[in-house]
Amino acid sequence: MLAYTLRRVAMLVPVLLGMSIIVFMIIHAIPGDPAVIILGQKATPEAIAELHASLGLNDPWYVQYFSYLKNIAGGDLGTSIQTKTAISKEIGPYLAATFELTVFSMLFAIFIGVNAGILSAWRRNSWFDYTAMLIALIGVSMPVFWLGLMEQWLFAQHLNWLPSIGRVNARDPVESISGFYVLDTILARRFDQLEDVFKHLVLPGIAMGTVPMAIIARITRAGMSEAMASEYIRTARSKGVHEFMVVYKHALKNAFIPILTVIGLQTGMLLGGAVLTETIFGWPGIGRYLYSAISARDYPVIQSGILVIAVIFVCINLVVDLLYAYFDPRIKHR
Amino acid sequence: MMEKKKSSYEIQAAEEGTILPLHSLWRGLRANKLAMAGLTVLVFFIAIAIFAPLITPYAYDQGDLLNTNRPPSYKHWFGTDYGGRDIYTRIVYGARLSLWVGLASVLISVSVGSVMGLLAGYYGRWIDMLNSRLFDILLAFPSILLAIAIVAMLGPSLQNALLSIAIVNVPTFGRLIRSKVVSLKEEDFILAAKSIGMKDRRILFLHILPNCLTPIIVTGTMAIGTAILEAAALGFLGMGAQPPQPEWGKMLADSKDYLLKAPWTVLFPGLSIMLAVIGFNLVGDGLRDISDPRMKRG
Amino acid sequence: MSEWLEVNDLKTYYPVKKGLFGRTSETIKAVDGVSFAVRKGETFGLVGESGCGKSTTGRSILRLAEPTGGTVLFEGQDIMKLGKEELRRQRRHMQMVFQDPLSSLNPRHTVGKLLEEPLIVHGLGNSSERKRSVREMLEIVGLPAGFASRYPHQFSGGQRQRIGIARALIVRPKLIVADEPVSALDVSIQSQVINLMQDLQRDFGLTYLFISHDLGVVRHISDRVGVMYLGRLVEVADKQDLFSRPLHPYTQALLSAIPNANPDAKRERIVLGGDLPSAAQAPSGCAFHTRCPYAMELCSKVMPRMVERERGHVVACHLDQTGNEAIRC
Repeated sequence: MLAYTLRRVAMLVPVLLGMSIIVFMIIHAIPGDPAVIILGQKATPEAIAELHASLGLNDPWYVQYFSYLKNIAGGDLGTSIQTKTAISKEIGPYLAATFELTVFSMLFAIFIGVNAGILSAWRRNSWFDYTAMLIALIGVSMPVFWLGLMEQWLFAQHLNWLPSIGRVNARDPVESISGFYVLDTILARRFDQLEDVFKHLVLPGIAMGTVPMAIIARITRAGMSEAMASEYIRTARSKGVHEFMVVYKHALKNAFIPILTVIGLQTGMLLGGAVLTETIFGWPGIGRYLYSAISARDYPVIQSGILVIAVIFVCINLVVDLLYAYFDPRIKHR
Repeated sequence: MMEKKKSSYEIQAAEEGTILPLHSLWRGLRANKLAMAGLTVLVFFIAIAIFAPLITPYAYDQGDLLNTNRPPSYKHWFGTDYGGRDIYTRIVYGARLSLWVGLASVLISVSVGSVMGLLAGYYGRWIDMLNSRLFDILLAFPSILLAIAIVAMLGPSLQNALLSIAIVNVPTFGRLIRSKVVSLKEEDFILAAKSIGMKDRRILFLHILPNCLTPIIVTGTMAIGTAILEAAALGFLGMGAQPPQPEWGKMLADSKDYLLKAPWTVLFPGLSIMLAVIGFNLVGDGLRDISDPRMKRG
Repeated sequence: MSEWLEVNDLKTYYPVKKGLFGRTSETIKAVDGVSFAVRKGETFGLVGESGCGKSTTGRSILRLAEPTGGTVLFEGQDIMKLGKEELRRQRRHMQMVFQDPLSSLNPRHTVGKLLEEPLIVHGLGNSSERKRSVREMLEIVGLPAGFASRYPHQFSGGQRQRIGIARALIVRPKLIVADEPVSALDVSIQSQVINLMQDLQRDFGLTYLFISHDLGVVRHISDRVGVMYLGRLVEVADKQDLFSRPLHPYTQALLSAIPNANPDAKRERIVLGGDLPSAAQAPSGCAFHTRCPYAMELCSKVMPRMVERERGHVVACHLDQTGNEAIRC
């Protein structure tokens, strides 16, 4: 297991280097002068010259790349053109907000997806099975941002049940300690505010969690159907094991590995989708940070935002692979 | 059971003098109700895309500032948008753009991915190393994020969105073909082809590639649906189609500020994306079940 | 006409990747220093248990498996030194017949297309000439010309092997390497195909390298026979010599296992102890010493050289016929 872990980590080195090249290219592959593109056609020559100097655009490209590599290795993610602040300083709260939303969405997706999948497998070809699989099909085929908009229209604007924008009521901001509002409000013993935080999580959480929910439900159903048809489930039943235990303990144990894998992969994919969901729900996370940078052509933020998300994505995939190898020892001997 | 069915398709196909994979897939597809439903949806969208000018009463960029955000009516089946343009007309023309982006991007991905996968799988060594590392790197990004990065380099437009989606999907096909080639090249008939004195190019394109066709078709069908979703997402972020192009994602982005006042402006473009993607997913699911009976769990 | 095809010290190794960064820690020596010569017009049989490297030897000679070392001289030309395009052209003269005709024929092509392809590849004839030679060739191997429009899976095993042979023969090669050409067939069909191959050899002046694990078949078709064990040749002799006076203990063991046509002949079946060792960890010295009933201490240390014990009868063994220690190398 240790050898496999080491090999898997060693394989990351070329991947991370390649990622840094792609991200580096974002600014340098732009046709024309990046400074003009960033500042616009009407920028003064002085401003352009200044940006050239601050981005190091006057050096040859390989000098620029190595100094870029040195910077990111040292934790320097560059400076935002909009806010003139170091990106590494301002990115923290955005990451925390995205983290909170991701956890909430995944909990929703796992809870509904796994249970729906199990029930579908247990009652195959029942009306529940058909409905669940139809919803799952719609779930994977739907644009997330459209679902978010429709939610806003129905639950926020039409029915007025839930808030549609932000993490918390703007007139009563949370005093940030950890950046995770659920935690912060509990620490501050502001349970009324905690409720408000949860209400704000519901709509974006469901929007973001729908695709993983659908995929988890499909995988769970497939894995459980196979497990339920197996010999030892029949044995367990014939021994008089309670049906609930048969399904949730014996069968689920066997269908567990693919479900775990798909949960991990989907968590990573959520980070990409965050750009869309956070934009719609005004969620101050990394995705929205990136979106506003795109509209403002704030290239250092675009670069670093993409890099940070991709690095997290790679790390999640690493954990998934290692977990997979841990639970399924055959994989190590490939 | 499935095995038996499959082989009888093949024999029938052979008796008719052809044994193209398309043939046996089509026979299987016809027996699969869900896949046929999906195919019907696709045919419908393709038809409206082709006959768009004949079935729309307005021009897609023809606005009427006196009739903005009007609800669906006899004159405007799906209502009008913030510029007073007929949403039904724009949806129909939008089908052209979405299908075009989906098909073209997947065709590019398949072509580039096939060549890379064929070379990597057949020659191995450094070509394989290089390709595999490149694929690893491209797959290390969440797909939509990589597409955003590429559009950020190329500049926002529908063409660039198409290109970026194509690049993002190359590793999917590259890896698929590579693994297929690695197993095929150990087959006796490839060895036999070599022993006859065939050139590598002939072996690769006449003997190996046709045997990869079935997985390409299955994965490709699903990928078109995903590509349509990604194009809509890029359009929604303003990184794809530019006004006045009636791209569905862009239509959503432009209408989202009028959500409360005119929800139909948001409803119909989203429904269209969803329906088209469902069509591709249903056909893809069906093709997968036919081509690989083990995948069908039931 | 001697030494028409000469194989010298042929080696084909496969690395086995293992460990942290895929370094090579083991090497499978599929073919490890094989030398023999085939005369024009003869049939040279190569026998041995499965996994002994006889198929790899055949493929290495045609460079379908890339050899690690050694030379192969074909009509005086070193096949190992040929460039890619030269090798491709050379293949016209050196064809192969495979064990399983179904898997060696692309299932998506008709027989006509399969037979025509070698002609296209080597630029022989125009379209109508090629079509005509396909029909002729089908008749030569005993199939109706109308079969050209059918697919391989529509034929029986014997018919398919006829197609496989036709495909090799259509470019009029000089050498055919036949790798277990009848092993997948029913016994009744085997003799038909063997007879066809003998007829074709006579009519077209072919030379065969005939690879098989079946001593009975090899005895029937071969002029000379080589016996392989774990990647090495242990004995080469004329058919009569080999079958009447096998010198190597391994050959003796193999021969004792064939059911005898003559029940009066006194022959005791020699049963080999132990399993066939893995080619990745071939025993030191004589590879056969772990199973040899006459093994001596010397055998585990020194690898025996091929020595011509009698005229045309070469054997690699430290024992002489009578079982006494003989030539030291």
